Amino acid sequence: MVTETLTAPPSSPPAARREKSSDRPSPRKVSDERAQQIREKRKKALLCVDDISVSFDGFKALTDLTLILDKGELRCIIGPNGAGKTTLMDVMTGKTKPDKGSVFFLDELENLTGLSEHEIARRGIGRKFQRPTVFPQHTARENIELALKTNKGVLASLFGRYTAADKERVDQTLEEVGLKDERTRLAGTLAHGQKQWLEIGMLLAQDPQVLLVDEPIAGMTHQEVERTAELLRRLTPAHTVVVIEHDMDFVRSIATDVVTVLHEGKLLSEGPMDTVQADPRVIEVYLGE
Amino acid sequence: MKSRLLEIHGPRGWAIWGALMIIFAFIVPSLVPEQYALILGKYCCFAMVALAVDLVWGFAGILSLGHCLFFALGGYAMGMYLLRSVGTSGVYRSELPDFMVFLDWKELPWFWRGFDNFWFALSMAVLVPGFVGFVFGYFAFRSRIKGVYFSIITQALTYAAMLLFFRNETGFGGNNGLTDFKTMYGYSLRDPSTKAFLFSLSVIALGLAYLSCRFLVTSKYGAVLRAVRDDEPKTRFTGYNTLNYKWFAWTFSTMLCGIAGALYVPQVGIINPSEMQPSNSIEAVIWVATGGRGTLLGPILGAFLVSGSKSVLTAAVPDLWLFFLGALFVVVTLLLPRGIAGLAQGPLRKKAHGH
Repeated sequence: MVTETLTAPPSSPPAARREKSSDRPSPRKVSDERAQQIREKRKKALLCVDDISVSFDGFKALTDLTLILDKGELRCIIGPNGAGKTTLMDVMTGKTKPDKGSVFFLDELENLTGLSEHEIARRGIGRKFQRPTVFPQHTARENIELALKTNKGVLASLFGRYTAADKERVDQTLEEVGLKDERTRLAGTLAHGQKQWLEIGMLLAQDPQVLLVDEPIAGMTHQEVERTAELLRRLTPAHTVVVIEHDMDFVRSIATDVVTVLHEGKLLSEGPMDTVQADPRVIEVYLGE
Repeated sequence: MKSRLLEIHGPRGWAIWGALMIIFAFIVPSLVPEQYALILGKYCCFAMVALAVDLVWGFAGILSLGHCLFFALGGYAMGMYLLRSVGTSGVYRSELPDFMVFLDWKELPWFWRGFDNFWFALSMAVLVPGFVGFVFGYFAFRSRIKGVYFSIITQALTYAAMLLFFRNETGFGGNNGLTDFKTMYGYSLRDPSTKAFLFSLSVIALGLAYLSCRFLVTSKYGAVLRAVRDDEPKTRFTGYNTLNYKWFAWTFSTMLCGIAGALYVPQVGIINPSEMQPSNSIEAVIWVATGGRGTLLGPILGAFLVSGSKSVLTAAVPDLWLFFLGALFVVVTLLLPRGIAGLAQGPLRKKAHGH
């Protein structure tokens, strides 16, 4: 099963890596071997969080966490408050630098650790925040345009213009998230649910390989929840989707693949929803409440 | 690119811009008395500073309380040229500028070399402030210094520079600064036609500065800049290197201030370290706040109105000016958070900003 490959990595490669890093080679190159190993073990693997630890002022947010995402899967990550779910996202998107371990993008055999947020975003990892974050003083349309996968350098944005194909993609995305009629409204004036949708639309426009979604249904109505569940399912397998969620019912309704349970910064259990739910440790810390 | 440039205004906008340029650059100088042309020319330079402050504050959310440093640096570069072109007709009939003779210096310091040449000095008026801004911006933005911390550092920067320029040893005339200019590019600065020409030049420079800012803020770059202002982390996660975006706007803004300073000095005939006083930079921020930050016409208007009131008030009741300025800032902050331009945009936009 999937869980097997996720056990702690062999102890020698990390040690070897640490030795090498003392003569300061480029961080990306050193870890290629490790990425290669993982990829050989799992052909379908796309993103790997490898033996990560993060601590803030002595508080261990994540401890020796290893997580491998397969291409095209819909992964749900659950866990009680303080389990390290958001920290995990911060590490994957470059906001937080881990004390130990690496994040690999296995498609290009690339080490993402140490890259800044925009570099990781450009490599195809999109992030949706817990609270809907859109640019409130831009119109809905402008929000999508900003997210659009184009050259995002300063010069390109100074002299470049949106092509007809770009415009069509923007229109398409607006339609897809049901905001076509609201396109000229300032995003700050949209309803809460619409903002959530706009943010999802921005992610779609970014066309990421991996989509990290933090509590997508917070504050949504029942109807919106259903639409969101449907959309997330529809996004796979074209995209790899990671959903962080509190709401067990929602997780149950979308979890077709693997569910990961975090607890106090560690991996508690991993497997299909049924297996995880039956795991006594999980029941104890989370479901049994 | 050419069409992008034409797109920044509709036909009506271009027509108004052209008409204003013709009226102020070519008709006004021959109509108004000499001393008013001088004042208006000064205000044009201030308005350019207002544009520069607005570009970084109104559009990128970076509040600079030290922008007059860049204005003064541009002014000093021009001042150095003007002083060198005095030649041997100074008080001491020396090759060296008067203040150097007075300090008993025997030769020209190395950093004064080249300033005999007008075009060299003019480039320095743009490049020196730009370089200082470039280096400062890199370190500040790379360290992700934001908000009030950034503002305090800019304030400290201009204050430190002022203290440095106050010293005679720094080589820029100490607290007297550079003055007693005679000619510019061979034309006497006393000549009314030179003054009128400088005024026209200021109007044209302001018009071009406005256009270049308009080009920036109407481009995709401008949209990203506003995104940085409203939510920088989100902009990063969207794939933009926000450091470069802020850095570019900041450096451009400092160069704009340098040009304004270079135009200001030949018109007022003096540049000294008091131009770097923190209060000057704060006044520039008040111009922008009064006019309406995040718009381009607002700050220009603000610079003219506030400087105009200053000229009137400091002549009539000098003691009241600072009270007036303080009251203005309070009133604008409380009642007109979006400045005069906000009034013009009306309640419709206001509603759109509510949550």
